[in-house]
Amino acid sequence: MSEPAIRARGVAKYFGDFPALREIDLDVRSGSVLALLGRNGAGKTTLLRILAGLSAPSAGQVSFPAADAGDRERQSRIGVVSHGAWIYDDLTAAENLRFFCGLYGVADPGPVVATWLARVGLERFGDSRAADFSRGMRQRLTIARAFLHEPKILLLDEPWTALDDRAAQLLSGLLDQARREGRSAVICSHQLREAFETADEVALLHRGRLAFRGDIDAGLRAHPQSLYDRLP
Amino acid sequence: MKRFLAHVRIVALKDLRCEFRDRQVLNAAISFSLVVLLMFSFTFDPNTNVEVRSLSAGLLWVVYLFAGVLVLNRGFARETANDCLDALVASPLSGDALFLGKTISSCTLILAVELISLPVFGIFFDSNWLPHFGRLLPVLALGSWSFAAVGTTFGAITANNRLRELMLPLLLFPVCLPALVACMSVTWGIFDPTAVTEIGPWLRLLIGFDIIYTLLGVLVMDTLLRAA
Repeated sequence: MSEPAIRARGVAKYFGDFPALREIDLDVRSGSVLALLGRNGAGKTTLLRILAGLSAPSAGQVSFPAADAGDRERQSRIGVVSHGAWIYDDLTAAENLRFFCGLYGVADPGPVVATWLARVGLERFGDSRAADFSRGMRQRLTIARAFLHEPKILLLDEPWTALDDRAAQLLSGLLDQARREGRSAVICSHQLREAFETADEVALLHRGRLAFRGDIDAGLRAHPQSLYDRLP
Repeated sequence: MKRFLAHVRIVALKDLRCEFRDRQVLNAAISFSLVVLLMFSFTFDPNTNVEVRSLSAGLLWVVYLFAGVLVLNRGFARETANDCLDALVASPLSGDALFLGKTISSCTLILAVELISLPVFGIFFDSNWLPHFGRLLPVLALGSWSFAAVGTTFGAITANNRLRELMLPLLLFPVCLPALVACMSVTWGIFDPTAVTEIGPWLRLLIGFDIIYTLLGVLVMDTLLRAA
């Protein structure tokens, strides 16, 4: 059996005395999309931030066995969509993408930037400042920013926010392609239907604990809300 | 090493590009320095008070430090909008490359403010600085670097602080005092060759200060970013 793309063992996070995460053991298979679900305050974003290297766990550890590398090299294999857009308002869309190409060491960034602007439907807005973008356009630019270095692992927090149906379809297509290429993704979302249509596996967090973990079957796809019936 | 230098360059260019797009900080810092120089010129009239000439180098550097704070406050504030600091932490960018990139961009902006306000200082304080410009430029560059290096380090500490505009000068001014005194003394020595001040020791102090705080920033930036 191949090594998992992400392995979390005994991960806990405390904010003061408050336990945001408790004893999380989680593997994400290579080439698999995991939907990380749960109600508000369940700990989804906290776990995603730990996986992304943005926050250190209070206990336990996270490793990327399939992408074993040094810290910095490991970061270059991760793509993140977070609550914040992570784009510079003073720069144009193309300048933003060129900047991140530079950070991630993308060779020949010119064509890569042009390709990604076209893929997310912003080719006519490459020279427009991000500050002038609508929320949906910002989210599309954010998706291009997260995908442009072809990361092995994608960590997406509420990626469907503000996307119209075409952009949502585009995102699903990108994730399908990533899966076919053997890349892995973790998606946090409250949009159960979209999450179940895209993901192969589901992990349900409840009050900082992993309450359920399994494959997504036809029953869950037909009745997404039934997921919460599995809560203790 | 090649990648490290590329990271330093793209961070510095990104900050400069952001700033030159709207010139908000540059305009504010230049206006501020000109207004304060004007106020000083009325308060300490160099035409009626000879002693003021010996103070003028000090006044000049106080203005530069205050104007520099406006530039430095913006350095990490730009990263907190849209959580861009998280984007940098989640990327392969190392803390030392980020520190050097930001210090270079801040130093460039502070130096630009100094160069623009220097002729105005010459007019207000009746100081003939032009013949000394060749010797003055390295001091301006070293002084700007010292403010930028310390300001970038403290900027990372105060990045997510709601009172960062207040906190940064509170942390910066005391630490920059040795560099400030060195800059004043060297500048005074350049302006007035008859002054008793010896330039050499002060210049060495300034260079040592720059080296120490640059190394410190390089060493601690990763830790500061993870804690931010």
